[in-house]
Amino acid sequence: MKRLLRYLKNYKIQCVLAPLFKMLEALFELFVPLVIAALIDRISDYSASGDAGFVVRCFILLIILGVVGLISSCTAQFFAARAATGFSKELRHDLFATLLDLDYPQIDGLGTSTMITRMTADVNTAQNGVNMFLRLFLRSPFIVAGAVVMAFTIDVRSALIFVAVVAVLFVTVGLIMRYNIPMLKRVQSKLDKVLDFTRENLSGARVIRAFNVESDRQAGFEAANEVLSQDQRRAGRISGLLNPLTYVIINLAIVMLIGVGNIQVAQGRLTTGQVVALYNYMSQILLELIKFANLVVTINRALASANRISEVFGLEEGPAANATGQPAARGDEASARTDSASEASEWAVEFDDVSLRYHEGSDEALSNISFKVKRGETIGVIGGTGSGKTSLINMIPGFYTATSGTVKVDGEDVKCVDAHELRSRIGIVPQKAVLFDGTIAENLRWGNASATDSELEEAVRMAVAMDVVEAKGGLDAHIEPGGKNLSGGQRQRLTIARALVKKPDILILDDSSSALDNVTDRRLRENIRRMDPGTTVFIVSQRSSSVRDADRIIVMDDGVMAGIGTHAELMESCAVYREIYESQFGREEG
Amino acid sequence: MALDTSGFVPKGNLNTDETALGRSGRRSTLIKVLGRLSGFRFPILMSLLMAVLSVVFTLLVPIYIGRVIDCISTGSGPEPIRDNLMRAAVSAVIVGVSTYIMNLINNRVTYLTVRDIRNEAIRTIDTLPLKYIDSHSQGDIVSRVIADADQFADGLLMGFTQAFTGIMTIIGTLVFMLRMNVAITLVVVCVTPLSLFIARFISSRTYRMFRDQSIERGAQTSVIDEMIGNAKVVKAFNKEQDVLARFDEINERLEKASLKAIFYSSLTNPCTRFVNAVCYALVALTGSYFAILALGGDSSRLTSGITVGTLTVFLSYANQYTKPFNEISSVISELQGAIACAARVFEIIEETPETPDTDGRTLEDISGRVDIDDVDFSYVPERELITDLSLHVEPGQRVAIVGPTGCGKTTIINLLMRFYDVDRGAICVDGEDIRGVTRSSLRSSYGMVLQDTWLAGGTIADNIRFGCPQATMDEVTEAAKATGAHSFIRRLPLRYDTVIGEGGTELSQGQKQLLCVTRVMLHIPPMLILDEATSSIDTRTEMRIQKSFRDMMTGRTSFIVAHRLSTVREADVILVMRDGAIIEQGDHDTLLARGGFYSELYNSQF
Repeated sequence: MKRLLRYLKNYKIQCVLAPLFKMLEALFELFVPLVIAALIDRISDYSASGDAGFVVRCFILLIILGVVGLISSCTAQFFAARAATGFSKELRHDLFATLLDLDYPQIDGLGTSTMITRMTADVNTAQNGVNMFLRLFLRSPFIVAGAVVMAFTIDVRSALIFVAVVAVLFVTVGLIMRYNIPMLKRVQSKLDKVLDFTRENLSGARVIRAFNVESDRQAGFEAANEVLSQDQRRAGRISGLLNPLTYVIINLAIVMLIGVGNIQVAQGRLTTGQVVALYNYMSQILLELIKFANLVVTINRALASANRISEVFGLEEGPAANATGQPAARGDEASARTDSASEASEWAVEFDDVSLRYHEGSDEALSNISFKVKRGETIGVIGGTGSGKTSLINMIPGFYTATSGTVKVDGEDVKCVDAHELRSRIGIVPQKAVLFDGTIAENLRWGNASATDSELEEAVRMAVAMDVVEAKGGLDAHIEPGGKNLSGGQRQRLTIARALVKKPDILILDDSSSALDNVTDRRLRENIRRMDPGTTVFIVSQRSSSVRDADRIIVMDDGVMAGIGTHAELMESCAVYREIYESQFGREEG
Repeated sequence: MALDTSGFVPKGNLNTDETALGRSGRRSTLIKVLGRLSGFRFPILMSLLMAVLSVVFTLLVPIYIGRVIDCISTGSGPEPIRDNLMRAAVSAVIVGVSTYIMNLINNRVTYLTVRDIRNEAIRTIDTLPLKYIDSHSQGDIVSRVIADADQFADGLLMGFTQAFTGIMTIIGTLVFMLRMNVAITLVVVCVTPLSLFIARFISSRTYRMFRDQSIERGAQTSVIDEMIGNAKVVKAFNKEQDVLARFDEINERLEKASLKAIFYSSLTNPCTRFVNAVCYALVALTGSYFAILALGGDSSRLTSGITVGTLTVFLSYANQYTKPFNEISSVISELQGAIACAARVFEIIEETPETPDTDGRTLEDISGRVDIDDVDFSYVPERELITDLSLHVEPGQRVAIVGPTGCGKTTIINLLMRFYDVDRGAICVDGEDIRGVTRSSLRSSYGMVLQDTWLAGGTIADNIRFGCPQATMDEVTEAAKATGAHSFIRRLPLRYDTVIGEGGTELSQGQKQLLCVTRVMLHIPPMLILDEATSSIDTRTEMRIQKSFRDMMTGRTSFIVAHRLSTVREADVILVMRDGAIIEQGDHDTLLARGGFYSELYNSQF
């Protein structure tokens, strides 16, 4: 919560002015009973009968109080709205920046839909909380306190009743809220259960029906629904107390107040008007207290949202300290060393006894990987699902950093190189072929913002994607978010082109031809082989056919390197490779 | 699948299209809601009675207090004061008790109604034709059952309580005021509705602003969705700054739109409060003026009965009378929203379920012969998919179906399981038309592993036991060992008791698929359907589970849909499909020798 308060920093003035004007409004409201008191006293006073002038003056005063109240209240609303929307704008900006700043291990643990909820629904709730807080949080207590103070100025003995009543009311409301808020939380979690159940019955309709378990599922749903309903009713029984109870307390207090007031009037210590004023103040307290109770609910919700939002910021500071952002000082040092190192090293990529663990305490995703790749070599990476292929190649641009051992690119430890500079030299085509809302050209220029159209076309041609561009109507054709208006294979080829536009020193294709037919796949591989001979290429695949022609093939099995070498060598020496090959081509054709 | 709604259930659809629902639609929904409430006739009657009681006594309290004040100002004796104070106190307690009873009843009626509606909805969902489920957004259906039902409950509760007591208060106050003084009543009656007009005026002006706000918000959400969903790509291309700049541009617009909407809509309260203040001042003015006249001896009808006490009663009524007026627009929109939400839930409940199992013969001890005779089928009438499909499968045969995507492979599975009914022709199992037997007996004759690796939320063991809840732990482990799932389950923190799904351990696609295969292992019916059952498992692991598949398939009729041709080679019959028709049929060697489409497909793998 404290974290979020700093987003109000730029709105200090508004944060002060909004409650201030609200207090002003409240102050004018507090004068109203005094005017009425004077009016009543004047009427009750027989001698003054017929003093119509006084009545009109009182009327005008009431109207003036109303107008001034209106103006200050509107002013307050403006400042509150200004602060609240400004707060949420800056909050959203920082949230988004934080999310973009996360490194791969953190992204892995991230639920996109949860993050969207946090950035939209939760920020809105927080914004509403700020708005309401600025508007009401001072006003309600101020009116309550003001009414008590006013009561003291009228009559001390009556004022003591006020103090007692306010105390009783606070305890009552507090107790109800204390029981009710956790109940509402429970209701919410029960509702989530019912929601999960509903969703499962839809998404699993085929399986549920195939296994004939409809009646079990319904029984399960009805049980969850019953629990929800019970909790809702239980919570309702408590929250339903709030209004009647406060009403009774206040009215009994009024009865007492007037009873005591009567004696005072008889003794000549109070006027009728003053008794009426006390009565009015008591009624005001009731109204404000109910508002205050509602405000507490709003604030509570806002706080829950604020906590969820803070968790997002917490990600950044989280245990994944092997983040990719480099301290500036090290960046300088690194670039200074680059010159000498890149000349010296003939190796484009070196893995030296590298192990990777995603989370503290979990099993190693990669264990003791060592190999060296010469500049210009084409390396195939093959292995089953979950064998560690993707983890391996994602360590080259430093998306994951080694738990032990070192990964070097151009002779430089990737931990010590500026991440942005490193990535600008590496072109990666991720497994999931994603394009973004915009034109084809805009998407391709992600690789290099200053690429000319002819450079784009060249990359497209190399990625065997010319027909895609033509089919869509040229480089300026529009691509829908996520590339929805393209087929899987079309998307894959454009993502390859996007990486090629970069003219990278190292090109990584992570299973990026899975949706291509065999002919296109072969043409693509031929084009890549004809690329600038200085480009080091990594081709990750499950298909033996995709890596067979690579200079060398790395065989991954359950996080360890089962072998490295040419196709022929591996067929000879590596059982895992042979098995993979045979599972796809059959023994006899091997 | 639409946006995940687990964390955030949008509070109904505030922008439910009023016009789409229409007036007649609203009325028929209202009738349905009332029909559902008819079971609660007695409680509702009680609740209304309590509302009347609470309103009447709420209005009586100021009158008793007013009398006391009259007594004080005229200095009359202690008895009338004590009596009236007692009356006021008792009235207040009656108000409190009756309001609480009313709250309790409404609370109960509302939540029980919503519970029943939800139960009914899920019952319908479980019998909806798959055609409906496949063609409707699941997110939408879920939000109807959850968010709409919730908003319906809220609206019903609020509408119940506030609309009725509000109207009662307005009527009651009018009656009480008229009895005291007509002129002052007229002042109140003329001024108060002003606040209603102002509220209306403001809300009609701010409608556009709120719409602008939701447009910007929608734009921003899609950027967040796109960029956060693909954060890895953004990072790989060093595009963080550009993306952030684009985000900020929308963010700036959103802030402006929000500020406008929030500020202008927040003017409602101060404005209506001002109207109330004016009304209050006018009552004070006229009341005092009449009181002075009355005290001065004037006893015209205008000023009759005006005392200091009645003036305080009027002032307090002026406040009470305006409250329901101020709330009325929100109550009305809440009620309208509730009706709209109810309509959306009812739409699901009233959806036509699958045709019921007619005479409901059950398939028992079947041998596994399947005949498909001249079947036509299409999902949408305009686009024919399967035409004149015929196939005769002997018990124990292994049938593989291959062909390019979209050729109708999975559709055949849908028809075999009777997820969809054929348009023409018939499918028979052991000579029985499957439309003449119960769905449950037909479906339990098949063991099914689908490409879509759906698992229920719960533990691993629960999932393996899914179709066979009475299975022992040993049987579960046995099945898992047979498919090789045991080796990864063994490494999970709680082994078979590990909770998977929402909020639980995430499994990889391949692991999920292994579990789906294991699920079938536990209870193997006479026929099997494997629809891309191993597509997410790498070929090496697949080879290993092929053996258990082979054991499973021995003596059973099986249908295997596969993308990888290596997995279908051993089938007795291979059906090669293209554009909804079987174009080639035979075993691997014959088809390869024929040099047709199959051999083309097969050879393109290398």
